[in-house]
Amino acid sequence: MKTIDIIQETYFALTVNKVRSGLTILGIVIGIGSVIAMVSIGQGAQGTIEASIQSIGSNLLIVTPGAQRGAGVQVSAGRGSAQTLTKEDADAISNQPIGITATAPEVSRRYQVTARGTNTNTQVIGTIASYPTVRNIAVEEGSFITDQNVRSLSKVAVLGPTARDDLFGQDGSAIGQSIRINKVDFKVVGVTKAKGGTGFGSQDDVIFVPLSTAQRFLAGDTYVTTISIQAQSADQMTQVQQQVTDLLLDRHHIDNPQLADFQVLNQADIVATASSVTGTFTILLGAIAGISLVVGGIGIMNMMLTTVTERTREIGLRKAIGAKRRDISLQFLAEAVMLTLLGGVFGVLLGWLLALGVSSFAGLATTVSTTAMLLAFAVSAAIGIIFGYYPARRAAGLNPIEALRYE
Amino acid sequence: MIECKDIVKIYTNGGVETAVLKGVSFSIKKGEFVAIMGPSGSGKSTLMHILGALDTPTSGEYKLDNHDVSSLSDNELADIRRNKIGFVFQSFNLLSRATVLRNVTLPLVYAEVGADKRRPLVEKALRSAGLDEDRWSHKSNQLSGGQMQRVAIARALVNNPSIILADEPTGNLDTATGEIVLGTFQQLNRDHQHTIILITHEPYVAQHADRIIHIQDGKILSDKKNDQKRIVHSHPEL
Repeated sequence: MKTIDIIQETYFALTVNKVRSGLTILGIVIGIGSVIAMVSIGQGAQGTIEASIQSIGSNLLIVTPGAQRGAGVQVSAGRGSAQTLTKEDADAISNQPIGITATAPEVSRRYQVTARGTNTNTQVIGTIASYPTVRNIAVEEGSFITDQNVRSLSKVAVLGPTARDDLFGQDGSAIGQSIRINKVDFKVVGVTKAKGGTGFGSQDDVIFVPLSTAQRFLAGDTYVTTISIQAQSADQMTQVQQQVTDLLLDRHHIDNPQLADFQVLNQADIVATASSVTGTFTILLGAIAGISLVVGGIGIMNMMLTTVTERTREIGLRKAIGAKRRDISLQFLAEAVMLTLLGGVFGVLLGWLLALGVSSFAGLATTVSTTAMLLAFAVSAAIGIIFGYYPARRAAGLNPIEALRYE
Repeated sequence: MIECKDIVKIYTNGGVETAVLKGVSFSIKKGEFVAIMGPSGSGKSTLMHILGALDTPTSGEYKLDNHDVSSLSDNELADIRRNKIGFVFQSFNLLSRATVLRNVTLPLVYAEVGADKRRPLVEKALRSAGLDEDRWSHKSNQLSGGQMQRVAIARALVNNPSIILADEPTGNLDTATGEIVLGTFQQLNRDHQHTIILITHEPYVAQHADRIIHIQDGKILSDKKNDQKRIVHSHPEL
C-alpha cells in the first residue's frame, strides 16, 4: 500500500464522522494547548526573574559583612550586622590586578527625608562615583556624585525617580532644590533613570549621597555596609570571588576561612538559584498540563477501539481483497497519528493564544519557544502511535472469515 | 486450474473436534461456471473459504494455478487473494459512504497499481459488470440492491482474477433482480471466459451454472454437468 493511498484512506475515514473526529481532536488540542501555555508562563517568569537580577548589575560580586560575634562565645547577631568592612578594603580590592572593572563601596540606611513640606522614608546610599557603572544606573538629568564631591564631603544628593516623585511631585523639578536628611541639608544635583519596580523591591526609591558625607554626617563611623565589585567577564567571576576572599582574609588577619567576618556573594549563584526555582516551577506546570494530554490520548484510543469494532466487516472485506496485516495496522495507526497531529497543530495555536492572553490580561510575561512547539508536535505524534498501536494491532489481527460474518 | 484432493477441515472448539469437510476432491478448469450447492451446515461455506484462500485445510491438497495453497502463511494467502481471487458476497460489503469508483478502486490500492493506470481498469470492470456510467459517482448507499451487487462484481473483476467466488450473491435480492445478477455472471463467463464459482443453497440459483457440485455433510454427493441450464438472455438495466 502506497503512502499517498494511506493518507487518502485516512482522510476519508476521518471525514466520515466529522463530529466524533473533532471531539477526539479537541482532547489533544486542550492537552497540547495547556502544556504550551503553562510552559510559556513558566519560561516567561524565568526570563523576568533573570532580567530583574541582571538589572542590579552585570557580572556583579557583592561583599557584605559577616556575623557579629562575641569573643569566644557563639552568640551571633546575624549576618551583615558586623561592622568589618571599610573604604580601605574597597580601595585594596580596586587595586587588585586581575579581572575587576570597578568597585563601589556603599553605606546604606533608611532615613526620614523632608523637602519643603513633603516627607518620605527612604533608603539613603552613601557611595562613590563608580557606583553607576557597577550597578547599571543611568542619570536622567543633572549629574551623579563625583570623586570631587567625595573628597570634599559635599552635601549633595542624587534622587531616584520614585524618591523624586515622593518629594517633589510626579516628574517635579528637583535639581537645585534642597532636601533634609536626618537634620542635614543636601542640595539635589541629579536624578537617575527609572529601572522599573519589578523584582526584588524598587530600585528607584533611593537617594544617593557622597560616601564620605554619609559616613561623617549620617552614620558617624567609617565602616561601609556593602562593597559591589564588577568583574570583567562572567568567566572570571569565580576567580575574582576567590581573589577578593583571599585578600580580605589577609587584610582582616583571619587564618580560618570558616571564621571570615564577611561574605562574598556571586551574582551568577543568585541567577542559578532563581533559575532552578523557576525551572522546577515550569516542570510542575508542564506536568499538570501533561495529565490532560494523557487524558486526550486515552480519548484517541477509545475512539480507535470503537472504530475498529464498528468497521469489523470493512476490515474483513479489505483482508478478503488482499490487504495484509501490515496494511490494516498501518491504516489504523495513520488515523490515530493524523488525529493527534491535527490536535497538535491546533493545540500549539491555542497554547500560543492562551500565552498571548495571559501576557495582555494578567500582565505576566510569557515566552513561547520553538523548542516547546517542536516538542509538542513530537509528543502528539508519539501519543498517536502509543495510543493507536493497540487498536491497530487488534484490527490487523482480526480473522477475515469472522470479520466478514460480524453483525 | 483448481485441484482439490482429499480436503479435510476439522474445527476444534473446547476440545471437541468437528469435521466439517471429510475428504472433498474435485477439479475445475479455466472458463468453467460451477455452482457449489448444499444446505446450510453442509460445509459449502468452509469449502468456499478454503477455495478463496481465506482459510487453509487441516489436511489434503489445494492447488490454484499449479500453486499449492494448502499450507501458506497469512501474508502469502493475502497475496493469493489479491492477485487470483475476486469475491462477491451476499451482503455486498461495499464501503457505504464511498463512491462507486472508490469502491472498485480499492483492490488496486492494495495491489499497488499506479494511480494513473487505475481509472481505465476501473471503467472496464464497471462496464463488464453492466453498471450505467451515470451511477459511477454515486455513493454506494444511494444505489439499489442490484446496482450494489454489480459494483461488488466490478470490484471482484478489477484485478483480473483467476476465479470469481460468489457466495450467495442473490441472497439479499428479490427474484427478478437476482435473475439479472445471475445473467451478469453468465455473460462474464460466456463473453470474457471468467472462471466463476457460485456458492448457494438454492437449487434454482444453481441451475444457472454449467456444472453443479452437490455437497452434504462435508462430502460430495454429486458432481455433474447441468443439463437444464437456465439462461438469462437479456442484459436489462437495473
